[in-house]
Amino acid sequence: MKEFKVTPIRNGTVIDHIQVGTALKVLRIIGVKEDVNSTVSVLMHVPSKKAGWKDIVKIEDRELDPKELDKIALISPDATINIIRDFNVAEKFVVEVPQKIVGIMKCANPGCITNKNEPVEPEFVVESKKPITLRCIYCDRVTTDISENVV
Amino acid sequence: MDIVSIRDFSRAQIEHVLDVAERMLPVAKGDEKSKLLDGKVLGSLFYEPSTRTRLSFEAAMARLGGKSLGFDEPKGSSVAKGETLADTIRMVDAYCDAIVLRHPQEGAARLAGHFATKPVLNAGDGAGQHPTQTMLDLFTIRESKGKIDGNHVVIVGDLKYGRTVHSLSEALAMFGAQLTFVAPPTLQMPKEHLKHIQSMGIKPKSGTDLAEAVKDADVLYVTRIQKERFPDPAEYQKVAGAFRIDPALLKDAKKDMIVMHPLPRVNEISPEVDKTPNAKYFEQAFNGVPVRMALLAMVLGAVE
Repeated sequence: MKEFKVTPIRNGTVIDHIQVGTALKVLRIIGVKEDVNSTVSVLMHVPSKKAGWKDIVKIEDRELDPKELDKIALISPDATINIIRDFNVAEKFVVEVPQKIVGIMKCANPGCITNKNEPVEPEFVVESKKPITLRCIYCDRVTTDISENVV
Repeated sequence: MDIVSIRDFSRAQIEHVLDVAERMLPVAKGDEKSKLLDGKVLGSLFYEPSTRTRLSFEAAMARLGGKSLGFDEPKGSSVAKGETLADTIRMVDAYCDAIVLRHPQEGAARLAGHFATKPVLNAGDGAGQHPTQTMLDLFTIRESKGKIDGNHVVIVGDLKYGRTVHSLSEALAMFGAQLTFVAPPTLQMPKEHLKHIQSMGIKPKSGTDLAEAVKDADVLYVTRIQKERFPDPAEYQKVAGAFRIDPALLKDAKKDMIVMHPLPRVNEISPEVDKTPNAKYFEQAFNGVPVRMALLAMVLGAVE
């Protein structure tokens, strides 16, 4: 008999191939907190053919918006998104690191003007994709510490 | 066109600015009169005190027949009431033809550029960029040495926090100058910055021995070591003494080595050096005027 650690979901999103150890960060950046109102399954340290080990997150009754996908790409660039509708995979794709990062991260430099009360969204250019390195277009600060600064 | 960071400029563009600045010299000195910017108004917003930068911008504007208005400290302005920089910029944008901005936050000039329709000139944003200082430094080297490339430039002082030395060393690397960085161990050039310079094909040397580095230098660029960087005052005294430029140090240097300093100086350069032909720091301070005249004339479309 086939044994399921987590049962398939009817509707929602499966985020697969999350870099091992970062599932909890993924939950944080997509805003899954105590007040979550659908079932969320988290699998950590799952054997993976591609990467050895991976994490998986399944969120029922929710599809992610583009900003959330960009955030996931920043902390786990190889993650795949499976959108499930009525038990079937309706869409499947690998997240993509955008060329410009706007409004989803704050600048790591406390002296940066974007960390003051100014009406602008922080904006970064991607200097390198492996490892992900971002440069603030305002203060030029380069950061690789992504998950700490995702908003 | 905004002047925000030296990184926005190619070598050819910087050389063009220096050429225009050279043509401005007779007007900058007051030997000739100019009406190039007649009727133009410069908004001069200094959120932090500055003597040289503000006065030389205003002198540059006046020498070209334009006018300046603004503030030299935010106290008493709407800024003190909590107005955002974005709003202040939008207001000043309506009153002026160009805006010069000195601000304590890094990236402030870039932000101002996004909200202004008129050109913004960065006069220093926190620990960030100060491109007009870099250009006047390059101008001073070129005026004294005839060229920038091929010179051995020794930069000494606070290389970790010093805002001018980061942009200057990048620009010098772009011109192919040879670089040596001399600083106390705790104030050495940040690794990230060294890497950036190396990526431009330059192999800078780093060390703590000023006397040794000076022997082969064409340009000695001195910056201030700030007392507040040292928790122990005795440690500061020791460091300040070891990096002081005096006639004894110059003895072993090339006769035509020039000594530069962005000023204000405290004790880094002994006043006895002022009288030597090596001292170029007051000329360097003056060069702020022709260089800023060139930049103002260019951003305002009065020269190409």
